[in-house]
Parts: sequence; C-alpha cells; structure tokens
Amino acid sequence: MSFEIPIGPQHPIHVEPLMLRLTVEGELIVDVDVDVSYIHKGIEKALETRPYIQGLYLVERICGICNAAHSLCYCLNIEQLLGKEAPPRAKYLRIIVEELSRIHSHLLWLGHYFHTLGFETLFMYFWRDRERVMDMLELITGNRVITSYNTIGGVRRDLAPEAEQNLRRALDYIEERMRYYEKVIDSEPTILARTQGVGILKPEDAVKMGAVGPHLRASRIKHDIRLDDPYSGHDEVPFNVVTWDTCDCYARIKVRVREVYECVNMIRYALDHIPSGDYRLKIPSFFKTPPGESLARVEAPRGELVHYSISDGGEKPYRYRVRTPTLANLLSVTEMLRSRGDYEVYIADVPAILGGIDPCICCSARIVITDEARRRRMTMTLDDIIRLSRERRVEKR
Amino acid sequence: MRIPGRLLAEALRSLFRRRATILYPYRELDKIHLPEGFRGRIEFDRAKCIGCQLCFRVCPARAIEMIEDEKGKRPIFYIYKCIYCAQCAEVCPTKAISMSKTFENIALRKEDLVVR
Repeated sequence: MSFEIPIGPQHPIHVEPLMLRLTVEGELIVDVDVDVSYIHKGIEKALETRPYIQGLYLVERICGICNAAHSLCYCLNIEQLLGKEAPPRAKYLRIIVEELSRIHSHLLWLGHYFHTLGFETLFMYFWRDRERVMDMLELITGNRVITSYNTIGGVRRDLAPEAEQNLRRALDYIEERMRYYEKVIDSEPTILARTQGVGILKPEDAVKMGAVGPHLRASRIKHDIRLDDPYSGHDEVPFNVVTWDTCDCYARIKVRVREVYECVNMIRYALDHIPSGDYRLKIPSFFKTPPGESLARVEAPRGELVHYSISDGGEKPYRYRVRTPTLANLLSVTEMLRSRGDYEVYIADVPAILGGIDPCICCSARIVITDEARRRRMTMTLDDIIRLSRERRVEKR
Repeated sequence: MRIPGRLLAEALRSLFRRRATILYPYRELDKIHLPEGFRGRIEFDRAKCIGCQLCFRVCPARAIEMIEDEKGKRPIFYIYKCIYCAQCAEVCPTKAISMSKTFENIALRKEDLVVR
C-alpha cells in the first residue's frame, strides 16, 4: 500500500518553490517526482529584446548568489562572438571575484545546510563569517551581493592596493575559521548521524544522471570546468580539484569545506601573480556582433553553468539559452530519493538529501507555454515535450 | 576522535565577545562602514550634463527618462526603479552622474525618490 505525499510547492524545508511528489510505503520513499516550474521568470526571452550591455545586468539577476559566474559566462559568450579576449589583468581580477563569490556561496550553503539539519548554532557562525566575505566583495566591486563586476571585455574597476591588504587579512581569517569548523563537523555526532550513508549517489549514477559541480565531485568524479576547460586564465593558477570517496551527504559537506581552502589559495596566488596592465578593453556601449553562435561554460559555485547564444548580426542576441547547474543536479535527486535494495530512504532524510545539491530553484525554471488563444498557461514536463516532438514527427510524415 | 560538544567552548567564548550584528534601523548607523566606490543613490550634476542621452540608452532598468528644460535635454532618475549597476555613471562622458554612499532609499512619497 503506497501513499503519495506532496512536499511543496511551498514548504518550510524549501527556500524556493519546488514540488516534490513522494510515493511512500510507510516511512520508506519508493518513488519521487520533481517539478521545478513554479517561478518562471522569462529572462531568456527578455534578453532577446535588450542590447548586449543591458543584458549583462539582467543575466546577473538569474541567480543572486552565483551572479559573478552568470555575468562572467555572459561576457565570455559575447567576447567570443566579437572575437576578443579580456586582458590578462582582467582575467586575474575575474578569478579573484569569482572565487570570493564561491567562498560566499559555499559558506551560505554550509550554514543553510546545518540549519536544515537543525544545527542552528553552526548556521549562525557560518553566516557571521560569511559577512566578512561579503564585505570584501563590497570593497572590491561596490556591492555586497550583486557584484556587477564583469563587463564585456574585462572588469569594471581595478583592485586598489589597500583593498588587497584587507582581502589578505580576510582570507587568513576565513581559512582559520574553516579549519576549526571542519574539526567541528568531523567530531559532531549529530551531523555525522544525519549525513553519513544518507543520499548515496554512486559515481556511475552521478554521471548517468548528469550531475555537475561539487555534487558530482562528492561522488568521486574529478570534474571541474576550471580544470577541463580553463576559461579565464585558470590554467595559470594552480589548484586541486577536491573529490571525496563516500558519495553521501557527508561527502558533499567535506567537498565544499575543502573547496573553500582551494578558493583561498587561488585568490592568494592571483593576488601574488597579478599582471599589470589594462583591466578592460575599450568596447563601445552599443555594438553589433557578427552573426554566429557561441557557447561558454563556467564553473559556478553550484557546478557547470552553460550559456549559449545565437547572434544574427544585430545589437541584441537572436536567442539566448541558459543551463543552470541546479537543473542538471535535480535529476540526480530523484535517484538519491528512491529506495532500492538495501539502500533505504526515509521521509526524514528528504531535507538532508535535497539540501545536499545546493538547490537554487529560481534559476532552473525555464519552460512555460502560454496559449494566448485559449488564455491559459501551462508548464511542460519532459514527458510532454517528448510526446509533442513525437507527434510532430508523425505529422510531418 | 569524536568529541561531542566541541562547539561548546566556541559558544561560551562568543558569549563574551562583541555582538556580530548591528542594531541597524535607527541606531548604530556609525558602525556601518561603506567602502570607497560603493554604489548607492545616484547623484546628478546638471551643470556638467551635455544631454547626450547615453545614460538613458544604457539603463537596463529603464529608470532614466529624458526631458527638456531651458538648457536642453536632460535626464531625470527614478531611484525606485534603479538597480544600482552604475552603468550610467560609467558611460557618462562628462562624469555628471556619480554614485553616492546613500543606501537608505526609502521614502513615503514617490517624488522623494526622483533625482532631478
């Protein structure tokens, strides 16, 4: 006898609207259905109606937390269309801000994750220390959250020498705190009990389900866009790709904690070796791109972020497409939430497992169909689209 | 080795430390340190403006409107639409637009949020 339990679209364990339909037998989850299409924002369509320079600020608002990654990916795309490349100093500055926002995102996630586990004390400490990183972002870019730092052909402002001193001090502080928190995480029985052996995603399943980012690296797969496809001078900055062997929620915590150390070291290296020179190319505010298409990949804090654009030679993109990391990771949640064999998932594990992928739903909802004639809106699931495409194919024959 | 309550020492230490938060609305405003280059409320210098309309054209939030006055074309800024990207300040050829450190952009009347 199985029941269906809906969790969402609004639920205390979710920060954002997400629908999880769980099929349970007793406490055991046997099947799950995920629906993310509750906050469609229409950003891709809006980008087609704006000149490139305005699109830059719209793209940042796809996701507040990974805004540096989104704007970087957009800039890489447009630079690719224009056939230009950012100067070396800009690349290093981009790395610094990108890694700072990765630290901030990971600290936010760690805090939030312990909050979902019910460990409020650690949540408070993580978020307190995150403030330090936010201050650094504010110092370098001019704003705490939406950095607006990248621009087409470089970055928008240079790094001041006094900012560099402050940044180094903040990095020392963050590193020291993270070493302490790692000890706490390793020794706290409540955390270990809630995360070890929970939400196991085997490496082969992770690859099959198309997981990306820290979530994939926690499943023992060494995959990082910064290493595989260095997009902003990452081939010059040494860093380790952190992986963990246990493939469970504990591994996801460990990978993110260790990644913070890597970020700190990368920023230090970038500060030491930053080349002098221009930090941006002179590109006019309004320009036309040659017709063509471009694709850029960036390692956002949550994983691989893909932007794709088609230009028809105008001042605006003809088509812009965004694939956010959460969309790729959500599929693996269905795999982790399904009990099979000796692997058992209970309803109480749902927050821990779902939280483990660092879900950012508002980035992910992308498909909404508006039927003007019948005055109705509907969201489409993958099944619908496959069915439609098959019908279409039959019609064509 | 698993030691439960490792956080206890830290929690006790925090008890005697300075408060991490700022009692912000109405109090402790002096504790807020904004860095140079902070992007706050737009400030506009009419004397420098040449009416080139670049700010109007780049504004991603469409928060800038062009009007005519006795000196010619000029922009007015609707702060309630502004997203503080500072693109207008960046493109301004005469640096007539600058970003101040004012971050409290809330008002009871809409007219208070228009920079003329």
